[in-house]
Amino acid sequence: MESTVPLSHYLVLSTTLFVIGVLGVLVRRNAIVVFMCIEIMLNAVNISLIAFDRYMNLHTGQVFSFMVMCVAAAEVSVGLAIIISIFRNKPTVNLDEFNIMKW
Amino acid sequence: MEHIPSPTVDLVSLAPVLVLSVFAMMVLLVDLYVKRDKTLVIFISLVGLLMTAISAFAKFDLPVHSFNDSYVVDELSVFFIMIFTLSSALAILLSIDYNKREGIRMGEYYSLILLCTVGMILLASSTDMIMIFLGIEIVSICLYVLAGIRRSDPKSNEAALKYFLLGAFATGFLLYGMTLVYGATGTTKLGLIAELIREEQIASKPLMLMGIVLLIIGFGFKVASVPFHMWAPDVYHGAPTPVTAFMAVGPKAAAFAAFFRVFAEAMPVLSPSWESLLCIVAVLSMFIGNVGAIMQTNIKRLLAYSSVSHVGYILIAVIAKNSLGSSSLVFYMLAYAFMIFGAFGIVILIGRKENEMLEIADYSGLAYKHPLMAISMSVFLLSLGGMPPLAGFVAKFYIFSAAIKEGFVTLVVLAVLNSVISFYYYLKVIVYMYMKEPEGEFQISLAPMTVFVVVIAMVGTAGLGIFPDPILYFTQH
Repeated sequence: MESTVPLSHYLVLSTTLFVIGVLGVLVRRNAIVVFMCIEIMLNAVNISLIAFDRYMNLHTGQVFSFMVMCVAAAEVSVGLAIIISIFRNKPTVNLDEFNIMKW
Repeated sequence: MEHIPSPTVDLVSLAPVLVLSVFAMMVLLVDLYVKRDKTLVIFISLVGLLMTAISAFAKFDLPVHSFNDSYVVDELSVFFIMIFTLSSALAILLSIDYNKREGIRMGEYYSLILLCTVGMILLASSTDMIMIFLGIEIVSICLYVLAGIRRSDPKSNEAALKYFLLGAFATGFLLYGMTLVYGATGTTKLGLIAELIREEQIASKPLMLMGIVLLIIGFGFKVASVPFHMWAPDVYHGAPTPVTAFMAVGPKAAAFAAFFRVFAEAMPVLSPSWESLLCIVAVLSMFIGNVGAIMQTNIKRLLAYSSVSHVGYILIAVIAKNSLGSSSLVFYMLAYAFMIFGAFGIVILIGRKENEMLEIADYSGLAYKHPLMAISMSVFLLSLGGMPPLAGFVAKFYIFSAAIKEGFVTLVVLAVLNSVISFYYYLKVIVYMYMKEPEGEFQISLAPMTVFVVVIAMVGTAGLGIFPDPILYFTQH
């Protein structure tokens, strides 16, 4: 069955999501939201990996996207642990308040 | 139904990784049964690193490609494994007394250092973008935890959070770059990519170029080159000092190994497109690193900015992309390991409980009270600046000659000018030690293991500077 949606549509979608993620990281000040934006970036990557695979009839990208998901899960667990350990010392998740050291 | 072909498994070439992973898990298990005294855990970690270094020589007839061309054992990776095991062992030795003093009583600290080393070995030996990505992530995730290991210290927390957010952000760029390169070539294997580029069979050139730019951003974050260096001073400042020394050497060397493999080995034909960009990044790193270091009053931040400028020098080796470039890269990383561990060893020795003495003003008059310590600190700092006949000079000399051979004269002239600037802030510390009156009392307890590390570093710094030939011979054959 030939798909009717061209590759460029998927790439545009993935780029848009990636840019949304990047802007979110740069603009938002809440550590958890920044964190979610990073996840959006990683999932944008997954979309384009799968799209390339589908259109070039390959399989490597699918394996790659599984790896990306695994790593994202590991990163989430470590990241949330870091945020919790910070929250114990200073009950806030606003990035602007972590300024003991100048940026 | 189609069968999935089973991959060819060559466990012998993977020996260092396997040995070290087993030891890392053993450390975790043993830690359950020992109480407050971590001597046994430390002993097991050091033995593990020694075994890893030995098992790196398990393969003869190099290079050996295994796992369907995604893993390689060659001279570069064997030499890098030596650097990694050395730097991890020095980091563990530095931590022994520091952790006792600062009350870090976690066994997983040592396990994390070992697992991070596993990631570094994978990173330096992979020739597949998926493996490079996994290696980078293993290294980074261990480092996020290590940077924040002092959970009750707000500075350590802050370092971990900043490192984590910016590191994960950089991972996004790196991944997107890899995806675009995959989309343009249809493979993640560096060898195949190199072949496709040579035969001009890339599906889409713009996609490839975009991918290269994103890869430079991603790797740039991981090695802390300007303009992606903002995390380095804060993370180096907030992390426990042995961890700072550790992450200034091992993970950086590993990221550079992957950087070299991706750019100099897989994409040399496309170099007109990435060379000028990397030149700009290198010059900016040297310049902004040095100017930033001049303004610092904290010794850890000063060394952090100086490491940013060193990234600039090392990038020149990647830009040169010849065999001299790769051997000067490993030589530089080895020399850098000795200098950095020596300097941070002294920083740890001078600190005491409750006051880590991290301001440069705290070093005033050190030479009057502890002349030996002041002289070793001066040697390490002068070597970082590139003073002959120390290791730093020889390392810079080889990188610059690799670049001259490829005709990058302007770049080398700029780099030499920058080394001159760097002497300003290295000498500033030395002036404080030798020419100012002592401000307060030094309460230095000469912790034996830390002194041992400083002595090793001293021998390495002086030895590599005066007799570089044996190591150079080894890097080139």
